[in-house]
Formats: sequence, structure tokens, C-alpha cells
Amino acid sequence: MLAHLFEAAGIATVALASMLPVAALVAAPRTLHGEFPLGRPLGKPNDPEFQHDVIARAFALLDAPSGPVLESHPVVLEDTSEAVSCQLPPAFDGDASPAVLEAKGIRNAYDRINERRGVTSVGRCMDADGVPEAIEKLETIAAGMPFKEAGLPGRTTAVCHDIRTYYEEAAVELSTGPIGTGRAIESWFFDETETGKVVLAARKAMADAGAPFPFWFYMAPGHR
Amino acid sequence: MSGDTPMRSHAATLPAPEFPHPAFVTPVPLAQAKVAIVTSAALHRANDEAFTEGDTGYRLVPREARDLVLGHWSPNFDRAGFTADLNVVFPIDRLEELAEQGVIGSVAERHISFAGNQPDDLATIIHDSGPAAAAELKADGVDIVLLTPV
Repeated sequence: MLAHLFEAAGIATVALASMLPVAALVAAPRTLHGEFPLGRPLGKPNDPEFQHDVIARAFALLDAPSGPVLESHPVVLEDTSEAVSCQLPPAFDGDASPAVLEAKGIRNAYDRINERRGVTSVGRCMDADGVPEAIEKLETIAAGMPFKEAGLPGRTTAVCHDIRTYYEEAAVELSTGPIGTGRAIESWFFDETETGKVVLAARKAMADAGAPFPFWFYMAPGHR
Repeated sequence: MSGDTPMRSHAATLPAPEFPHPAFVTPVPLAQAKVAIVTSAALHRANDEAFTEGDTGYRLVPREARDLVLGHWSPNFDRAGFTADLNVVFPIDRLEELAEQGVIGSVAERHISFAGNQPDDLATIIHDSGPAAAAELKADGVDIVLLTPV
């Protein structure tokens, strides 16, 4: 859609699209479709050669005399969702829950990657310091506390975004191999961490209690 | 099951706004063109205004900025790729390399970021913020936009 608006202003456009039916429907003047994991329009992180190939194929469409032009990149990148290999540090504090201990345990990894990147996407409603307490509050929701009374630092979706992003940024630092295909780290968070289970349990408790759909549904990806 | 599969199925059922008379601009040769990125990943600088849910506005991303927050509200796509390498969403370093090699003319000084998940209000983008963003790039002398939807 944005392509049409920029063309109308006199700027030539070429779009990278991850969803072929949508690209066909939108019919932007020039589109390179790549069957890549959603969230990765250039296909592969940390692979400049592959990214340059995508861009070169996209720019080649600028030679077309008329449009719409829609071509597909020959490489398909499967989203296998196999959890990334990511060992969690052991934690030793008998007073806290396993999820809270786990969150505290990955703090150093979180700090290291953000020192290196110079930025974090945690911060929608709290910073990293607030994560352990927010997890405790989700645990109370999972145990039956109405979500409005749990004292969350923000909307449920914002809280879950910040917790998940805290974990995922740390996981990029902690993973022992490549970060994997799309959703590999998402799978790690929801399938293998204590806190991922707490998020899903709180979400289910809210759904069972009749909380408004958007308040619980968007706490996690739709297929979960 | 892959998490992307249901998202692809769902997206295929959504309507798209129609442009009955779409423009088609023939650009200057690539080696002379100034190129900008327009993404819908809701990227913004850490000290810039964050995107709200359903935000129909846009943020300008300076060419040199690398402190970019992924402000997209949807939980339904991979974010770790961006954390590992922002170029997988916003290929600014690749454009810089292409400019050095002379493949493209130059890299724009300012790039544009919108929020991709728009549940209700496309009209504001179509009639207001979209044209406004395009006008900013036009004023900067941008010839070609590379769109990276998320």
C-alpha cells in the first residue's frame, strides 16, 4: 500500500514481500516476494551476501518498463520453529519462583548484548529491572487473580512484550549456535523457559475468566 | 506447526485498499539514484517517540542511526533476527556498501518507518501520513524507495 503512495509522489518503489497472496492483491508497481520467515524481509540475519542477493533481485525489477511486476526469490527459507539451543544459567534462591530465578539468571546476558547493541526493545511499559516483579504478577493471574487487580505495570500485551523481548534479546547472546530460522527463539521462550509457561498460563487463566479477547490473545503469538 | 503458517492464511483473507489508477514512476538509472528505505516494522530511535497501538504516524530514521527499537505491536513474527542483525529488516549497511561500490548513486539522509499492524485506520495513512512521508523523501531528492514490510 505504501508503494502506491510513494509512487504517487513521484518516487519509484520496489517492495520486498513475505506473503505472496497479499503481494498479488496489493499489486505494488514492483515486488520481490521472498518466502522468508515473517519478520525477516531480507531473509537471513548476519548474512550480507544473501541480503545483497535479495536487494539485487529487487533492484533488477526497476528495469521493467511497466507494472505491476511481481517475482519470487528462488530460495525458500522454512520456518521450522525448532527451538534454538540456549542453556539457561542455574539460579540459587529458594525464596523466588523458578520463573523469577530464571529471569534474574539471564540478566547478565541481557546486559551484555545491550551494551554491544547500544539499544533494547524492552521498554514498552517497564525496563529490565521490572521484569522479575512483572513475572510474579503474571503468576498471580495464572493462579486466579483478576488481571485488573494484579498490579501490572502496564497493559497485559505491553507487559508480555517487554518480558518476552528481555528473554529473546538475552537468548541471542546465550545461544550456542546460529539463532536459527524464524521463531526458533520464540519457540525456546514459550516451550522451554519457565517464564514462557507463566505467560501462557496467565493468558489461559484470563481467557477462561472471560477477559476481553485483545487483552489476553495478544499476550502471545496467535497459534499458541 | 510453524507459527508463520496461520499468519499467512489469515493475511490472505484480509482485504487490501484498491488503487484503481496506480502511478508507475520510471526511475533514474540506479547508479545515479538516491535510495531510501521505508519499513513498516515500527522502528524508531530509542530517544524518539514510541509507536502506540494502531499508530498511523511515521518516524524519520537518520541514515547514521543504529540505535533502533523494534516498536511493532504484533506478537506474531520473529524479532530475534532483528536483534541479531537490524539489516534483516532495515538493510541500511547494505545500502551503504552499494553506494561505496557505485551500484546506487547515494543513500538518503533520512528513512521512514511506519507501524505495520493497522487494524482499523488505513485511511489516515492513505490520505495523510503516507503522502506526508513521501513528500519528506521527495524534498530530500530521493529517487527510489526500498520497502521492507513487517
